Amino acid sequence: MSSEDVDLKKRKFLSQATTAIGAVGVCGAAVPLISYLTPGREAQMSAKAVEVDIADMKEGEQRTVVWRGKPIWIVRRSVAQVDSLKKLDAQLSDPNSAIEQQPGYAQNAYRSIRPDILVLVGVCTHLGCAPTYRPEPQSIDETWPGGFFCSCHGSKFDMAGRVYKGVPAPTNLEVPPYHFLNEDTIVVGKDRA
Amino acid sequence: MSLNKWINDRLPIDDFVDQHLRHYYAPKNLNFLYFFGSLAMLCLGIQILSGIWLLMYYEPTVETAFDSVEYLMRDIPFGWLLRYTHAAGASAFFVILYMHVYRALLYGSYRKPRELLWLLGLFLLILVMAESYTGYILPWGQMSYWAAKVIMNIFGSIPVIGPPLMHLIQGDYVISEATLQRFFAFHVVVFPMVLLGVVFIHLCALHTVGSNNPDGIEIKDNLDKDGIPVDGVPFHPYFTIKDIVAAVVFLIIFFAVIFYDPTFHGLILEKENFIPADPLVTPPEIKPTWYLAPYYAILRAVPDQLLGALAMLASLFIFAFMPWLDRAPVKSMRYKGTRSRVSLFLFVVSFLSLMVLGLLPATPTNTILARIATIVFFGFFLTLPYITVYDNHKTPPDRVRM
Repeated sequence: MSSEDVDLKKRKFLSQATTAIGAVGVCGAAVPLISYLTPGREAQMSAKAVEVDIADMKEGEQRTVVWRGKPIWIVRRSVAQVDSLKKLDAQLSDPNSAIEQQPGYAQNAYRSIRPDILVLVGVCTHLGCAPTYRPEPQSIDETWPGGFFCSCHGSKFDMAGRVYKGVPAPTNLEVPPYHFLNEDTIVVGKDRA
Repeated sequence: MSLNKWINDRLPIDDFVDQHLRHYYAPKNLNFLYFFGSLAMLCLGIQILSGIWLLMYYEPTVETAFDSVEYLMRDIPFGWLLRYTHAAGASAFFVILYMHVYRALLYGSYRKPRELLWLLGLFLLILVMAESYTGYILPWGQMSYWAAKVIMNIFGSIPVIGPPLMHLIQGDYVISEATLQRFFAFHVVVFPMVLLGVVFIHLCALHTVGSNNPDGIEIKDNLDKDGIPVDGVPFHPYFTIKDIVAAVVFLIIFFAVIFYDPTFHGLILEKENFIPADPLVTPPEIKPTWYLAPYYAILRAVPDQLLGALAMLASLFIFAFMPWLDRAPVKSMRYKGTRSRVSLFLFVVSFLSLMVLGLLPATPTNTILARIATIVFFGFFLTLPYITVYDNHKTPPDRVRM
């Protein structure tokens, strides 16, 4: 066949059509390969909601449970601790919880459903360390009213997990989805149905 | 294009592509049997990719191996697909390799100057067998365990060095955790690494001597004034396009098997291998995988344990002598005489018979049949020097036929 007989338009069309179909095939093959990497059933099971009985918790007591492999703190705040929240606004970077770090029902002055019960994800919003519960006033510095302190890089949070100004952590601690099954039982990991 | 130039001044990608694809000339008369080389590489690619994915959930301990395989098949999205692809991929690999070897036997692709190419290919075949054997033990099912045990005892039957060798390979006095973990290491690191290296050398050797063709005549003997073989066409685009068609047809058949009959009636995965390994209970019938069945049939056909093991080894290594056993003046079966054709036909029949017999129970009739097939199998090699000399060969043409 001499070169004048070559239908270059048809050749180009066939090349492009073949390439397009090949690309579709590669995308199709990528579906199972990528799906395979998403969390399997064991991971999904550990993401299931956990029930916590808080009947025996005393005022000021903090308890840690595990949900999705992360520490979840539950604190029964005393009246004094709840009152301390109101005086801190000027020192906090997001006192009204404007940034979405909590479900809608926890976007209030206490960052919780019930003022006395605080539920938080115990992971520092800076680099993921676990802060410690330091309820004793003046234990971190002279003005410390009690709260959570991250010893990794010195981030400070109040008794509602709100972050102070001038620390490395950018946002308030996260509030997980949760609801009360009854007076003494919290379900962590699930909003009320 | 300055980036292209910048790279090519430092790394000769364009030169390489020119030399090995655009200006690598393959005979224009290559037929469908020449698909199997590139398909073998496709299979290797599929095995490596699916293998890496399986590795993300597989746990190589006696306690967890079986459960981790079942877990990834049931509870990981598309885990069943990856596992079946890897298992069926092993079988597909052997279908393709056996066709690849048959092609070489048919057209004399092992003859001078391709002796080393042939030997490297045989080494690759044995490596893939080692790879499949070490992989077969990993799911730690009943068949994994007992097949491993039988093969280990073949090593153990070698006089004097047998038992210490067996203990060295197993890492224990029985098949155990140590065996599983070292087989795992060999299966996922050592063999694949060597395999990739030898595939590269196999291709280097191929590109030095060039492909044989169904007429068995050297296209390099007939060059035009530019030094290009008259009967050659550039590998790219002619054979890259042709190989893509082959790959598509192969993938259609391959995935039809995976989607509709993934265990292929027990030929790809035996029923017994879905039962966790139990060192105290042997399954009623221990079968080898179909691709190793011919050698297993030879092992069983020989009445003496040691001679059987040696015959089995010989049935593989005897292929290495093909380039020197074939003394015909022509390479391709197209121009060989009747005796050579009958001889190759009987060899293929004996190989397939041994494959079937290796999968069947060793009844007295089957044993006699296996003995006949074994004699025919070795007879092919041993009579080759005489048959190929005393035969009515034809004269091949000067140019390839289309």
